[in-house]
Amino acid sequence: MTMKASSRQVSGVTVVDMSGRITLGEGSVVLRDTVRDLVAKGEKKILLNLGDVTYIDSSGIGELVSAFTSVRNQQGQLKLLKLTKKVHDLLQITKLYTVFDIYDDEAAALGTFK
Amino acid sequence: MTKRVSYSLESTLESVNKAESTAVEAAAGAGFNEDDQGNIAMAVREAAVNAVLHGNAYDPNKKFFLAFETRDGSLVITIADQGKGLDPEHIPDPLAPENLMKGSGRGIFLIRAFMDEVKFRNTEPGTEITLIKHVGRKAANAKEESQ
Repeated sequence: MTMKASSRQVSGVTVVDMSGRITLGEGSVVLRDTVRDLVAKGEKKILLNLGDVTYIDSSGIGELVSAFTSVRNQQGQLKLLKLTKKVHDLLQITKLYTVFDIYDDEAAALGTFK
Repeated sequence: MTKRVSYSLESTLESVNKAESTAVEAAAGAGFNEDDQGNIAMAVREAAVNAVLHGNAYDPNKKFFLAFETRDGSLVITIADQGKGLDPEHIPDPLAPENLMKGSGRGIFLIRAFMDEVKFRNTEPGTEITLIKHVGRKAANAKEESQ
């Protein structure tokens, strides 16, 4: 399954619903292009909903880190929503779990953006 | 009983996907549960990405080789490329504070995390990586050897 990303605006935050696999190649490129386009448009509050992301590899993890850094460098915030167990475990193993702000509930996540 | 299956694959991302899906089948056939199948497949995917991207550099004239062997309750997976070689002693630690926010460099770390044993061999030209997983053992105390 390839990756899909669709954006919606909720309370001043861009929620990006992602589904499929974030892996080297198409999946990583979709994530990179999506975040780059949002930043270029001045969207600085981004919530990545990973609830339907079935798989992520080291390239996808790296892309998440790069997205986080590029948004932060623009004085923005990028947070993660609804990690699957697999993605959760990978972020734990790679010590990135504490780097990202991660939420299970969308309303709660939206309330944390400044 | 020993059973061995081997493949010669093009240096493409399609081959990486093929290696990953074949690993799931091999792991299932060797008796691993679903979690282990996923972890083994991820380790194979990462090794295949290294072979295609960093080893063979997508060179259409270079192949990578994948073999699965089940023996004595273990699955032994070998992935070899025809690239410039890799020095496993000089792979940066992705957990080090200075590397934590880097956009790459986690592949071999994940391979080591998910397999019981990981061995590297310089095949001049190229690198051969051997991944071993024992049925019924957790990967928490993974060992690594360099040859």
